[in-house]
Amino acid sequence: MPEQQAAEHQTNPVEEVEAFLRRRREQIAQRWADATLFRTVFTVSRDEAVEAGRTVVEALAAVAASGRVEDAEADGFAVVREQLARTAHSRARAGATLAQISAEMDALRPLVTDLLLDELSEAPAEHLRECTTALTVLMGTLRLVMLETTTIAGQELINRQRLELLEIATPVIKLWEGIVAVPLIGTLDSARSQVVMETLLDAVVEQHARIAILDITGVPTVDSLVAQHLMKTVAAARLMGAECIVSGIRPAIAQTIVHLGIDLSSVLTRASLADALAYALQQQGAHIVPNPASTVEAR
Amino acid sequence: MTHSTGSVSACLPIHSDLDLVRVRQHVRQMTAQLGFRLVEQTKLVTAASELARNALIHGGGGQMECTPVSSSGGVQGLRLVFSDQGPGIADLDQALSDGYTSGEGLGMGLGGARRLVHEFSIDSRRGVGTTVTVTSWTSRPPRPREAP
Amino acid sequence: MTGAATFPHEGHVPVLRLGGVLLVTLQGDLYDSTAEQLQQDIGATVADSAINGVVIDLSGVEVVDSFMGRVLSDVAAMTRLLAAQTVVAGMRPAVAITLVELGLTLPGLRTALNTEEALRLLGAEVSALPRAGRAHRESP
Repeated sequence: MPEQQAAEHQTNPVEEVEAFLRRRREQIAQRWADATLFRTVFTVSRDEAVEAGRTVVEALAAVAASGRVEDAEADGFAVVREQLARTAHSRARAGATLAQISAEMDALRPLVTDLLLDELSEAPAEHLRECTTALTVLMGTLRLVMLETTTIAGQELINRQRLELLEIATPVIKLWEGIVAVPLIGTLDSARSQVVMETLLDAVVEQHARIAILDITGVPTVDSLVAQHLMKTVAAARLMGAECIVSGIRPAIAQTIVHLGIDLSSVLTRASLADALAYALQQQGAHIVPNPASTVEAR
Repeated sequence: MTHSTGSVSACLPIHSDLDLVRVRQHVRQMTAQLGFRLVEQTKLVTAASELARNALIHGGGGQMECTPVSSSGGVQGLRLVFSDQGPGIADLDQALSDGYTSGEGLGMGLGGARRLVHEFSIDSRRGVGTTVTVTSWTSRPPRPREAP
Repeated sequence: MTGAATFPHEGHVPVLRLGGVLLVTLQGDLYDSTAEQLQQDIGATVADSAINGVVIDLSGVEVVDSFMGRVLSDVAAMTRLLAAQTVVAGMRPAVAITLVELGLTLPGLRTALNTEEALRLLGAEVSALPRAGRAHRESP
């Protein structure tokens, strides 16, 4: 009997927990099936929830068997990651916050530890403490794995939405025959720079634009990463046979660029969008001549 | 932390420049099926071309394994494993650090290929061979990739 | 001189001679050997005849890797030595982005949005060029 071995201080507490989990798998799964987390996710049938519970208990036992109860990357968790991700996803869709999901996950812990306490009621206090600690740590790790998958799933949703938003927020304006411009407003990060680059280059093809203007008047800061993206866009446009001008570099940004030691010498720049347009028109062979009549009539 | 969806895992030989064309066409087809955006398709196909040519020229030929994978968050991806039984790479750091803007990285193409994919790992042993594993995802990778 | 004629070639690369300009249309996926052969053929033709411009149309190409990139810049460097200009036309956005990410910005290469633009670019500098855009392809 394991209890007797425990009494003799022969059994390693983690092994004891593993044996306990395998022995009581059915009972634990039954208890969990009625907990909020499982009840709200597996709404079709209770059997489904029990089955899911069994899988999780099996995984916990496998992790305990490997002795890595503190390791969220333990191989044993691999089999339940996808299931946990689906569970978390389902709860998140139902409107549960991360804190709620975390609390629901935590609520599974006493349902197992109570069982262990009952079973080891005869064991010496020291051994009992070690076993419950091991089980608590294991359940904590499971919660960590769950939260990790939840965060990743949430982050992916946010990323996808952000990408969609970026596409809407990056308008390409045709300024003249063969001249397109993208006015950038807000912070440029890696993902957004990528979208800007693709949108601009697609417009170059569609509009047969020989000149593309990237206006950064509305961009608060330019760091070396943003500068690198600007240079990549310019280089890609050049490979396609278009010239790319960066306009709207405010004095503060020019200062930062010099300060950071970024070499933008390969990039054609203009102070304002108007200057860039004047240059582009000149390249296209068009000239702007002020109309004397309108100057007279102007207030 | 990724799982092979196990559905298709093709293995293509790399022994001639005809095989390079087959590798590119296979990767193009797979990425299109999995729903990669055009730019991401092109990046992975190009990386595959670099790595396959590398196996052909420096490894004396080899093979490519192509497996669709999905992340724990359910994002689709494609994993490519290139292996050869060539002499191995003496100086990995040097092979990977081709000049970014210098255009000198035309020899091995390893550093270039690394910048075109989301995940990159290489295992090279002298006299045994080289294995390069790359993975790209249909949307941004769940964790930020290493800085180039 | 003004008539268009096909250029004899072993591979599947259509090469068209329009007056003093060689128009090379690359399509689909090229074997390395075909690309290398093409590079030699262009060099031989430019050296032998009165060619002062080469236009390489990439609009039908979906992938340009470092090998193909090197072929392009080699052709440009080689023709320059033979006193001819090379213009690469119609590179797709996805290909351009990938090349830049790969680290190949091909600084020595002249580029144009499409073949008409490329011919115009060469025409502005090569005054002897006839109305090349109107020329059509004939069977040999």
